[in-house]
Amino acid sequence: MYHYTDFDAAFLKERNAQFRAQVERRIDGSLTEDEFKPLRLMNGLYLQLHAYMLRVAIPYGTLNSAQMEQLAMIADKWDKGYGHFTTRQNIQYNWPELRDVPDMLDALAEVNMHAIQTSGNTIRNVTADHFAGAAADEIADPRPVAELIRQWSTDHPEFQFLPRKFKVAVSGSPHDRAVIKAHDIGLQIVEQDGARGYRVIVGGGLGRTPMIGKTLNDFVADADLLPTLEAIVSVYNLLGRRDNKYKARIKITVHENGIEDIRARVDARYKLIRPHFGGVDQQMLARITSDFAKPRFKTAPETAYHHARQHDPAFRSWSDTNLAEHAAPGYAIVSISLKAHGKTPGDASSRQMRIMAGLAKRYGHDELRISHEQNVILPHVHKEDLPSVYAALKAAGLGTANIGLISDIIACPGMDYCALATARSIPIAQEIATHFDALKLEHDIGPLKIKISGCINACGHHHVGHIGILGLDRAGVENYQITLGGDGTEDATIGERAGPGFSADDIIPAVERLVMAYLDLRNDPGETFLQTYRRLGLAPFKSALYSEAQANAA
Amino acid sequence: MPKAFTPKVVTANALLEGDVVYLTEAGWSRDLKDAEVLTDEAHADLRMIEASAQTGDVVGVYLADVEINDGTPVPTHFREDFRATGPSNYAHGKQERAKQEQF
Repeated sequence: MYHYTDFDAAFLKERNAQFRAQVERRIDGSLTEDEFKPLRLMNGLYLQLHAYMLRVAIPYGTLNSAQMEQLAMIADKWDKGYGHFTTRQNIQYNWPELRDVPDMLDALAEVNMHAIQTSGNTIRNVTADHFAGAAADEIADPRPVAELIRQWSTDHPEFQFLPRKFKVAVSGSPHDRAVIKAHDIGLQIVEQDGARGYRVIVGGGLGRTPMIGKTLNDFVADADLLPTLEAIVSVYNLLGRRDNKYKARIKITVHENGIEDIRARVDARYKLIRPHFGGVDQQMLARITSDFAKPRFKTAPETAYHHARQHDPAFRSWSDTNLAEHAAPGYAIVSISLKAHGKTPGDASSRQMRIMAGLAKRYGHDELRISHEQNVILPHVHKEDLPSVYAALKAAGLGTANIGLISDIIACPGMDYCALATARSIPIAQEIATHFDALKLEHDIGPLKIKISGCINACGHHHVGHIGILGLDRAGVENYQITLGGDGTEDATIGERAGPGFSADDIIPAVERLVMAYLDLRNDPGETFLQTYRRLGLAPFKSALYSEAQANAA
Repeated sequence: MPKAFTPKVVTANALLEGDVVYLTEAGWSRDLKDAEVLTDEAHADLRMIEASAQTGDVVGVYLADVEINDGTPVPTHFREDFRATGPSNYAHGKQERAKQEQF
């Protein structure tokens, strides 16, 4: 993985010293809150409902064991012994005190981590496919270019005051696991005539006005990527609307001006700035790429793996759901579920973090990933080691066999923590998970993505959930609206709103009616919820949701 | 016709801890039941001005609606209810600090 240079370390040290002084000046009264707020946001520090919240970037979701252990140490020393992994591959601490935050940032810097540009109208943490560098279907590892973009965008003088926040995601595979079409810029590594390049997608986003990104360019060569990105953000910086916060994202700029107009403007800007990119970025990319060399994979028998699958039904079930195909023979990608039934999606205790770090060190070539689906990945585990890994995970409450199933729910923090939320998300996720676990239907239902947001900003990606749930405040009461048929993959689709919302008490039975309708309607157990929905459309599901209520009202 | 003024309290977050606080007659409390209930609009405006000036202690001062239940203020909206009690997934924040402190 990427190793900080002396420049990186010195930059971070200076930045942290500046923030320490800013905190001191806020506390001694030299800075007003209005002056301090943009400074703390630039360093990832929010003031939420009950406390401050520190959002730490995990660039492209990659961690080594030392970093994970440091995250655990920070959770114990300055927070409440846990952290919350988010849909943007960040970790959030929900309870830091203002005076401690500079020390927390210094502790992060010790392991090459920071919270810079995890907030504010800047280019945010660059996310990537969480199976990067491991997936069997990968053309190239997206992380080197994601790191290049991180370096280019960090403290970029032109892009510190954009009209609104700006999110970039990169995938190196045809199968999109990084939701690239719902980002301001989505990049997909492609090959054309033997050359490697990028498909550039712009103007995607969820939130108040969900949009699927549009292809700006089908193929941009490696050397042309940064000038292309700079041209796009530069055009947006001038053209994006600053008069209305709700129309300020690039998705609206693209929608209002049209992709052809944006393309023409980007091309013109590109021609102007391209000569300034003299190839230094490509030298840097080469160095970064060497940091991401594949581990030395071992060759070993798979006896223990096959034995465990035959004789241990719990291991078999876990290995059916939580493993993905690895590029190297004998290896598997392990998804560790942070969705134990009834627990808070995305939360890990410091003890669990240390156990996962230890497993990465011992069995996983020292690598961990955070997925946008709020799980942790061990990207490189030899199958022979899987029974040992599973046993350790299970003992730590991390062995839930539910990846991609109904209880593997994305949920934003919602009104339990977030100052912007209009309703709670976490308790709804907890109840859905425990309800279907009690019904013992989860594995029969099969692949089903439920995504819950506690406000219209859609951090919980509800628009791209097969079942999306949006929590709103309707006349002073929590109300949950359902969308159906959303998809966050390469076939990205915005879900359709099913109809009127449900109260907190009625939303779980409503989800159950949807799922029961699906079980009745599917052609065979191999037809997933999403496939059934696409075959039949909204009508039968709408009828399942509302006919009973209508019958009662009649 | 202007809307009748409903009872309110002044609330904010503490600068250092971020915890939810309420303006009392004597200072700030972390417990809603200690809050000074404002029933007169002009007095509420005055208390808002006084509270907003305490920038070394608190952040984000605003008026929150309450109703009086057995002589103590209780929130009328669920958001204020969560602010007054803490998150629902862990007994953190005010739930672990049952003991009220003045500062």
